[in-house]
Amino acid sequence: MANDILMELQTGKIIELMKQGKRIDGRALDEYRKLEIFHNISQNAEGSARVKLGETEVVAGVKMVPGDPFPETPAEGSISVGAEFLPLSSPTFESGPPGPEETELARVVDRGIRESKCLNFEDLCIKEKEKVWIAFIDMYTINFDGNLFDACSIAAMSALMQAKVPKLDKEYRIVKGEYSGKLELHRKPLLSTFSKIAGQIVVDTNFAEEKATEARFSVATTEDNYMAAFQKGLSGSFSGKEIDDCIELAFKKAKEIRKHL
Amino acid sequence: MEKEIQYVKNGKRLDGRGLEDLRKLKIEAGVISKADGSCYLEWGQNKVFASVYGPREALPKHIQNPYKALVDYQYRMATFSVPDRKNPKPGRREIEIGKVSGEALEKAIFLERFPNTTIDVYVEILDSNAGTRVAALTAASVALADAGIPMRDMVSAVGVGKAGGEIILDLNKDEEDAPDAVDIPIAILPRTEEVVLLQMDGLLTKEEWKKAFKLGVKGCKQVFEMQKEALRKKYLEAEKETAETENIEMMGD
Repeated sequence: MANDILMELQTGKIIELMKQGKRIDGRALDEYRKLEIFHNISQNAEGSARVKLGETEVVAGVKMVPGDPFPETPAEGSISVGAEFLPLSSPTFESGPPGPEETELARVVDRGIRESKCLNFEDLCIKEKEKVWIAFIDMYTINFDGNLFDACSIAAMSALMQAKVPKLDKEYRIVKGEYSGKLELHRKPLLSTFSKIAGQIVVDTNFAEEKATEARFSVATTEDNYMAAFQKGLSGSFSGKEIDDCIELAFKKAKEIRKHL
Repeated sequence: MEKEIQYVKNGKRLDGRGLEDLRKLKIEAGVISKADGSCYLEWGQNKVFASVYGPREALPKHIQNPYKALVDYQYRMATFSVPDRKNPKPGRREIEIGKVSGEALEKAIFLERFPNTTIDVYVEILDSNAGTRVAALTAASVALADAGIPMRDMVSAVGVGKAGGEIILDLNKDEEDAPDAVDIPIAILPRTEEVVLLQMDGLLTKEEWKKAFKLGVKGCKQVFEMQKEALRKKYLEAEKETAETENIEMMGD
């Protein structure tokens, strides 16, 4: 707790430095912290990953579950994305049902994956009108030091890339420990999140910087130059020019990160 | 093979609008007498009530901010407002919309004048056909102004996006269901064109975005004119009523 209060007290210093285009940890405005990705952290998951972005750490796992198709899309499977801020990861997180922050995070990660057509939902059809795969992608925070949007997006993407599709018996029950193949991905969307602090736009904010952030903007970009999702958050604003600059940088940064996947 | 729908034909859309036309928009301020401020809005088929209570003491006390007012924005859809009955429990979509819409309003309000308080904004969607979150935010902004809450500017919102390969303003449900549909809710402070709400889903190129943004700002400004008009109308009516009351009183003398 003491640590977090100290960090909040840094807000003034962060803003003062930012006015000179400097950051409290000496990084450039467009510099991410060190990224590390560890695969297959859970054997029971169909795919999983642990991502460290500086001190921020999150895990994501995929579970494939046979489910009923939606009546309006009888030949399509679906995805379901969840995010939980574990109390073990920060003195500021409490247990309980997902709050607005967790809901927003999960839905923005969901939109990037869904709208980019990263997964072809028709590939997830088992038998039309009867059974389809639902890919449950659940993300948990392990250590919270800012920028959960990008960390979770990287973790979700990494977990999907590892994911295998379980084998089914005739009654559509999963045959434990057997797989019919890998989950096929068509694109690799990644979120890039920008924070506005004292009029400057920075990437990959740490916890202390997040406390000083006025406005946040996330873009999901794909390797084939599409944008699949936007999300502006917090009480500040962006000009049209700032948004265009963020978009340009998002393509560049996501490309660098994609190499690590 | 299904017949392919032509979303734009000779510059006209499925419902007869041009590419840059809004659906019919009707805004009425001050419609709920118990509220501090309120608004009823119809935008195409969308129908929304918004009301504002506050600034009032934020409770429980531990949520209070000694430096500024909180904004609690609750976006809800009536169970009958969608084709298949909606579960009355607020879903993840409603929670997310409430969060980003409240944040969008925060930029417009002089929050620092009302420490330890909350400004509660409630919107209820009664009927829907794409674009309810921007309809709701537009109504909420009018309700805030109607409540006399000091603001830097209005918040004006509109949906913009893509259907059938064209960038269009104010998508309806048919257009939102197009195979290539892109939906971009956007809200600005119309005086400065600062973007306070921006979301997008679909597949969009940078060039398409630039075009869409321009059209969105233009749309927001049209909405802004109607918001002002709604507020003006309410005060003109109030003035008229006062004048009439005074006349009656004078006659009584």
